Amino acid sequence: MPIAKFNILESTCVPLPAENIDTDQIIPARFLKATSREGFGENLFRDWRFDKRGNPYPDFILNNPDYSGHILIGGKNFGSGSSREHAAWAIYDYGFKVVISSFFADIFKNNALNTGLLPVQVTKSFLKTLLITIGKNPGTIVKIDLPNQEISLTASGIKENFEISSYKKDCLINGYDDIDYLINMKDKIIDYEKNRLFWKNELSLL
Amino acid sequence: METKTLFDKIWDAHVVSSVENGPDVLYIDRHLIHEVTSPQAFAGLRERDLPVFRPGKIIATADHNIPTENQHLPIRDKLSKQQVDKLIENCREHNIILYGLNHPFNGIIHVIGPELGITQPGRTIVCGDSHTSTHGAFGCIAFGIGTSEVEMVMASQCVLQPKPKKMRISIEGLLKNGVSSKDVILYIISKISAGGATGYFIEYAGSAIRNMSMEGRMTICNMSIEMGARGGMIAPDKTTFEYLKGRKFAPKGEDLNKSLNRWKTLYSDENARFDKELYFKAEDIEPMITYGTNPGMGMKITDQIPNIEDIEENNRESFKKSMEYMNFSPGSSLINHPIDYVFVGSCTNGRIEDLRVFTSFVKGKQKSKNVTAWIVPGSKQVEKQAKAEGLDAILHKAGFELRQPGCSACLAMNEDKVPEGKYSVSTSNRNFEGRQGPGARTLLAGPLVAAASAVTGKITDPSSFGSDTPSGLKPLGG
Repeated sequence: MPIAKFNILESTCVPLPAENIDTDQIIPARFLKATSREGFGENLFRDWRFDKRGNPYPDFILNNPDYSGHILIGGKNFGSGSSREHAAWAIYDYGFKVVISSFFADIFKNNALNTGLLPVQVTKSFLKTLLITIGKNPGTIVKIDLPNQEISLTASGIKENFEISSYKKDCLINGYDDIDYLINMKDKIIDYEKNRLFWKNELSLL
Repeated sequence: METKTLFDKIWDAHVVSSVENGPDVLYIDRHLIHEVTSPQAFAGLRERDLPVFRPGKIIATADHNIPTENQHLPIRDKLSKQQVDKLIENCREHNIILYGLNHPFNGIIHVIGPELGITQPGRTIVCGDSHTSTHGAFGCIAFGIGTSEVEMVMASQCVLQPKPKKMRISIEGLLKNGVSSKDVILYIISKISAGGATGYFIEYAGSAIRNMSMEGRMTICNMSIEMGARGGMIAPDKTTFEYLKGRKFAPKGEDLNKSLNRWKTLYSDENARFDKELYFKAEDIEPMITYGTNPGMGMKITDQIPNIEDIEENNRESFKKSMEYMNFSPGSSLINHPIDYVFVGSCTNGRIEDLRVFTSFVKGKQKSKNVTAWIVPGSKQVEKQAKAEGLDAILHKAGFELRQPGCSACLAMNEDKVPEGKYSVSTSNRNFEGRQGPGARTLLAGPLVAAASAVTGKITDPSSFGSDTPSGLKPLGG
């Protein structure tokens, strides 16, 4: 799937500062039975969001009308556990374009980038400032500037730079995905296969 | 000469090229797929009008969604059936080998790869499943990927990956009697935390690892992801080569000799540099159990749950939340806490050795009436062997039934769901909230703790039954 282009985003945020938010919480396994990529947002954080009869828990942040926006803020080790890309799809499908955390699980980070969901890793102190500011004023606007790799609080001007590989940055700004890159490399891949002499029996499986 | 780690040797041999300031293009030798994370990848190829580039390097199975009883009947759950049918359709269209439901090679993807000899030293293996790390036990680079990456590998047999940092974890010494590889890995995760190895690929080393069977090594590598690691691996040795000999897709005759020569070069050079090294002593490890809602929240089974003051300030909120979820009190012991379910199975502990350990412990004893037990072999071949060894009969006498293979209650995508509020001692890999069913409370442990607890109906230290604890390495002999 080609991904949506990302450049600069200004938005309010939804803070969910729990640590170790695993992909089973983001999208429980029983909702992984679809064969398309759409519709997972409906069950995002399903068991934290709704009771078993489907009534919303009023205390859960996604059910709090004070908070909305395209930026989700999570605690440390966000997206740990299962490799299900459905977790990134669910967050994106719900309407988020960015996830902020002080620390992302590896597979989730790759999955997010491949979905067009930007993971922004900030320092612990920046995360704390962000959460305090948003706690006081849910209307706080945060600006994510991908070309300059900068996250800032629009009102106060507090800002920080974030890391992203220049390759992935280009992909997101231009809406390219890895498959575009790889299929243009076919010749090189075939050369590699031919030249791997020590792996004689590897070309066909069985 | 340049010194290299085991990881470097394999990784570097698979780099087709490198993206400037970006990831490596890594060639993949074997791609394992299953019904849950593949349909969108096939659909993606179709949308782009791309063929599967190397169908002969893909192996498919249905495991996540399938029932573990009455497998001869059509799957009742409509959506599960649809996913399994889609896999059949996709594999047929693209000429991919599928060991589907009822095939004699069907089973959990991470159990069948090794038992069929598809998993071999030096290979790169990926699968849309985080527990792909299991295969690292054979000295290969194996890691879980997302569905976009599954599509990438189908399209190009390559995946774009940044090279991870390297960590070595050495465990020296002899394990105490009754301490299994599951206890070893739960112990390590409890020391490192659920995110402590993020960004790293782990090599496990040391005499305690070398003394383990392949099954034990697979359990260790399997749970590497539970501390955030990209994967885990163990240098192949005689144990590895012996295990592979004669397996369906393992090399034979002259090919085997050639392979052995190559496999014997797969170890970390003496002065190879790791980004991080950790050391543990085997004798410090005892039977473990988890008390919280991530696999890092584990302790010796006879210990007390930490008090809130013992928890790092940043983690206190999530600690409190997990205590609430589990309905446990900080500072309390779990010994004799009543349980409702026991689950033995999964890609962590669903192999023949695990069934032998469990069965030899419950032999001549009786399952507690309060406990519902699911004993689920990891594959059709494990099931067949268990029956050939008479384990099913011993289990039956003790009040247990051997079910049919699948992922089952590990992630509860099929009917095997632990009900809300119930406690399950599980040999699987994750104790996340709702992992085994909405509201289910999971306590992770090894097969021996599961056996002792299944018999008493309470959380039980197996050594309280005396010191005669089975190793599981040998068949029971009826």
